[in-house]
Amino acid sequence: MTTTTTGSLAFDRIGMVFPDGTEAIRSVSFTVDRGEFVTVVGPSGCGKSTLLKIASGLLDPTSGAVVVDRDRLGYVFQDATLLPWRTVRRNVELLAELHGLPAKERHRLAADAIQMVGLEGFENHYPKSLSGGMRMRCSLARTLTLSPPVFLFDEPFGAVDEITREHLNEETQRLFQAEGFAGLFITHSISEAVFLSTRVLVMSARPGVLVAEFEIPFDYPRTPDLRFEPEFAKLSGEVSHALRGGHT
Amino acid sequence: MSLTDDRRTTGDGADLGAADDPELVHEAPAPAPPPPAWRRVAAVALPPFVLGVGILAFWYFISYGILEERRRFLLRPPHQVIDKGFLDWDAFSTILGGLWSSTKVALMGLSIAIAIGMFLAIIMSQARMAERAIFPYMVTLQAIPILAIVPLISFWFGTGQTSRVVVCVIIALFPIIVNTLFGLQSAERGAHDLFTLHHANRLTRLRKLMFPAALPAIFAGLRISAGLSVIGAVVGDFFFGRGEVGIGQLLRRYANRLEGEELLAAVIMTSALGVVVFWTFGLLQTLVIGKWHEPGSGGR
Ligand SMILES: Nc1ncnc2c1ncn2[C@@H]1O[C@H](COP(=O)(O)OP(=O)(O)O)[C@@H](O)[C@H]1O
Ligand SMILES: [Mg+2]
Repeated sequence: MTTTTTGSLAFDRIGMVFPDGTEAIRSVSFTVDRGEFVTVVGPSGCGKSTLLKIASGLLDPTSGAVVVDRDRLGYVFQDATLLPWRTVRRNVELLAELHGLPAKERHRLAADAIQMVGLEGFENHYPKSLSGGMRMRCSLARTLTLSPPVFLFDEPFGAVDEITREHLNEETQRLFQAEGFAGLFITHSISEAVFLSTRVLVMSARPGVLVAEFEIPFDYPRTPDLRFEPEFAKLSGEVSHALRGGHT
Repeated sequence: MSLTDDRRTTGDGADLGAADDPELVHEAPAPAPPPPAWRRVAAVALPPFVLGVGILAFWYFISYGILEERRRFLLRPPHQVIDKGFLDWDAFSTILGGLWSSTKVALMGLSIAIAIGMFLAIIMSQARMAERAIFPYMVTLQAIPILAIVPLISFWFGTGQTSRVVVCVIIALFPIIVNTLFGLQSAERGAHDLFTLHHANRLTRLRKLMFPAALPAIFAGLRISAGLSVIGAVVGDFFFGRGEVGIGQLLRRYANRLEGEELLAAVIMTSALGVVVFWTFGLLQTLVIGKWHEPGSGGR
């Protein structure tokens, strides 16, 4: 693992000990560049969300440093966190609104983003009438309005069913190709990790440290059938092995 | 290959919940044919109608079967109440006048309670210290029986309209404060994080996140407080003799003069006012938040 501080997003020996003494992360270093899609997998409670919160500035690490431009940071949470009193369109416009963009610009950005995630026709629906997958797409669209150079995803598709998750994976991959952001993705799902990423990092149980790193060589665009290729299975197996403790 | 595939099963917005989950579509039971309209109306209207007839019958039974002639003034039969309380314009217009006077007091008290209550709740939501400082006093105020401070109120504010309004404010304040505060604190943690990430200032956070999130709770509080402010107006009027004659004074006057018909008519009209107020705020709630709010999803 490198300890350079170049790249769009760089973690340099990050450590996090919560006030109650819980050591969530220990000396984690890696970088994510534009055009890279890096996924972190690890057992639950190992500090993955903490890592993203540190990257975004929601939390300050107790040691180490992060280098990232937080101006237009994209951050998709595990929950869609839509505002129930706003329609899809107005939810998607929210960030542009918070950044003080003029109304016309907001409308344009929102319309584009809604189209990108395939939610046209649902602009005037309220979140209560959307399915889990559609809410997640709305949340993605909201983040897309920023055209973020760095895009953080915290288990965004953990709560949707398998079929929807595969759809959303393809969609995410398409967005990654179109936008070329630096992506940092968290997931429990090995197949999701291998399918999406240029690189997969494996974290150990708490305190989280990086224990393995895999380059994923498949070309984009990747088709759903890739999941059934022997090469895909082999890589998934290796990730899974590293996840279980790396005992050979 | 586009993500829009899973949407094609959805013709319109009606079954959006199932759009991403094909299994749901299959498992949904075939809808039973709706029962004819008259049966649905009957199912809703019949039980209370039957009970109403029963109550009237019981009323007649007490008036004629139990009370002797000499003591019948205690409960006049329904038709006499209608005759002398509602159809006699002199009596009925007096009741309406008293009702209107008390309604004005209630609305005035409620408005002031809303202004003070929301203001305090917003202050408390912005500073933990303010919440810690104010809340115990609010609970104490709530615990004081209103009758215990009526003498104090008349001592300070006299026995005119002001005192009536003060009683309304005191009685209606607590639910507004508690519900507004609870509502303001009900916005999701994740939504707060989102606002933090995008450098929203306090005012933006309050306007675009906390306040809209609080609306369902605020309306719940409003409905309670509106009902209480009617009670406050009647009680205040009952005790403070000067100024406009409200429904409380009428109730007392009728009772003192043993005018049973007018007394019952006034009681019925007062109850009707309470019901109308409750409905009005229910309607207002539906108009303002009905489109997006999912009842039963807690404060959100
Ligand atoms: N604010 C906090 N205070 C104390 N412990 C925390 C706090 N936030 C998270 N933790 C603990 O830190 C560990 C990592 O949490 P998290 O990053 O959410 O894990 P995950 O990998 O499942 O996303 C967990 O054991 C969690 O209980
Ligand atoms: Mg997590």
